[in-house]
Amino acid sequence: MRKHTEIRWHGRGGQGAKTAALLLADVAFQTGKYVQGFPEYGPERMGAPITAYNRISDTVIRVHSNIYDPQYVVVVDESLLEAVDVTSGLKEDGAILINTERTREEILPHLKGYKGNVYVIDAKKISMAALGKYFPNTPLLAAIVKVAGIMEKDVFLREMQASFRHKFASKPEVIEGNMKALEMAFEEVC
Amino acid sequence: MAKRDRLSGNEAVAIALRQINPDVFPAFPITPSTEIPQYFASFAANGEVDTEFIPVESEHSSMSAAIGASAAGARALTATSSCGLAYMWEELYIAASNRLPLALALVNRALSGPININCDHSDSMGARDSGWIQVYAENNQEAYDNMVQAFRISEHPDVKLPIMVCQDGFITSHAVENIELLEDEEVKGFVGEYEPEHFLLNPACPMAVGPYSVSDYYLEAKRSQAEGMRHAERVVLEVAKGFEALSGRKYGLFEAYRLEDADRAVVMIGSAAGTTKDAIDELRKKGEKVGLLKIRLFRPFPADAVADALKNVKAVAVMDRAEGYTNHGGPLGADVMSALFRAGSNALAVNIIYGLGGRDVRVEDMEQVFADLKTMIEKQDAGETYRYMGIRE
Repeated sequence: MRKHTEIRWHGRGGQGAKTAALLLADVAFQTGKYVQGFPEYGPERMGAPITAYNRISDTVIRVHSNIYDPQYVVVVDESLLEAVDVTSGLKEDGAILINTERTREEILPHLKGYKGNVYVIDAKKISMAALGKYFPNTPLLAAIVKVAGIMEKDVFLREMQASFRHKFASKPEVIEGNMKALEMAFEEVC
Repeated sequence: MAKRDRLSGNEAVAIALRQINPDVFPAFPITPSTEIPQYFASFAANGEVDTEFIPVESEHSSMSAAIGASAAGARALTATSSCGLAYMWEELYIAASNRLPLALALVNRALSGPININCDHSDSMGARDSGWIQVYAENNQEAYDNMVQAFRISEHPDVKLPIMVCQDGFITSHAVENIELLEDEEVKGFVGEYEPEHFLLNPACPMAVGPYSVSDYYLEAKRSQAEGMRHAERVVLEVAKGFEALSGRKYGLFEAYRLEDADRAVVMIGSAAGTTKDAIDELRKKGEKVGLLKIRLFRPFPADAVADALKNVKAVAVMDRAEGYTNHGGPLGADVMSALFRAGSNALAVNIIYGLGGRDVRVEDMEQVFADLKTMIEKQDAGETYRYMGIRE
């Protein structure tokens, strides 16, 4: 992993992009990194486009601006490909990860000629199989951890297990499904 | 033993409050400070504190209840943002004029309108003349550390004034970042028990709080309030010294970053100072002598120390995250300019309004400010001294 990685999340209000960014900060912190995870709110409402950000670094992070030239972009809702300039500033040696049922080839024409790596993942299929409900952020979290090389799979799963035990202390029955979604996504994205 | 953690600014302040375990916490929610009472309510419900947590129906009431509790002899505080602070206006002056030591965790947010939930300093800047001590933070760590130090400053017998502990809405309140926490026992030991000298629930010494003051006494009452404020600067430094011995983290009235040999300086408050430090490091690599003065204590305003720290700079940009509608700048600009004038400074100075309503501040923006200061020195002309950063015409 790089000394300093910047990730931008594009989602819609209610899909958990902010939560995913905070969980990513959480899990990267466990590996001894300096982290930032923060949301950018427009009008707060379900369905409105929202952006969230991560910085993960070997050194102290002091900057408090949004991220304009990310190494990685995660698109939680593919309808945003038409509504938001998701590849804006995205580094050519970086990558974009998109939640879609379509193939990489079908998605490419919608990326304004972006020349970096393009990854697709069907988070809906994974979430429905693992959880029986549609929560796209859990599979996407695992996928970006793999794509950005933030940590090894076994370390990631171990840390997430601990994190979920804390987060879902009042409803432990959902932990197993979430862990399964992470594992499936880690395997599927490539 | 310090504990490494990663927390949002709101969670960090809530944890500081759990460790302080105040007597009374009345609260009414408003974005982006809502999480502070929300986290604290869980601590109270789980028995982790023995605080009387009072959900009230408005900010007018939350501050009134904090005032009542403090007058009764309790250690009290509340939290708010933006219009919530505006709704406490009357009570802010009552707290200060009754010399009640209490705290307000303020998460800075723009005032309406246009309605906006994001950060600027218009809420607390409007309250700058209310008689409250004001301290500001750059990040979650400073927000936590300032909260731990707040009651020691506020309750000091030479001060006895309420304190506003401010941090930037969303930018630090909702950003998860690394932080070092003190152990619960360390915080409890540092803050200590509150033993008020005079209080309403003391049958041995009956007293009245908040009576009418005729013109014959009002002036002296206000002067005595100013006396508390005069002592606050010294007490802030004393408390910071004790905090440094405990935590290893050094605090002052302000932070001077690479300012010693700087010929150009930026003066500002809050989270954009971190972004400015990155800009300074970039410019320093190119041999440019640039630095930062980040205000921590804004009320009282440490004018002499600020002027002294800026005595060698040729040009200074004072950055205000609030308008003053004076037609020549904002509140921080007014204070810094007056400090420089009193000290006989001949530095070229401009006042820049920036970041209102959460407008993002980038490293490049701050590099441009330093470039503009360079031009000013070359031309020996400050040009337009009242500017807006990044404004679209």
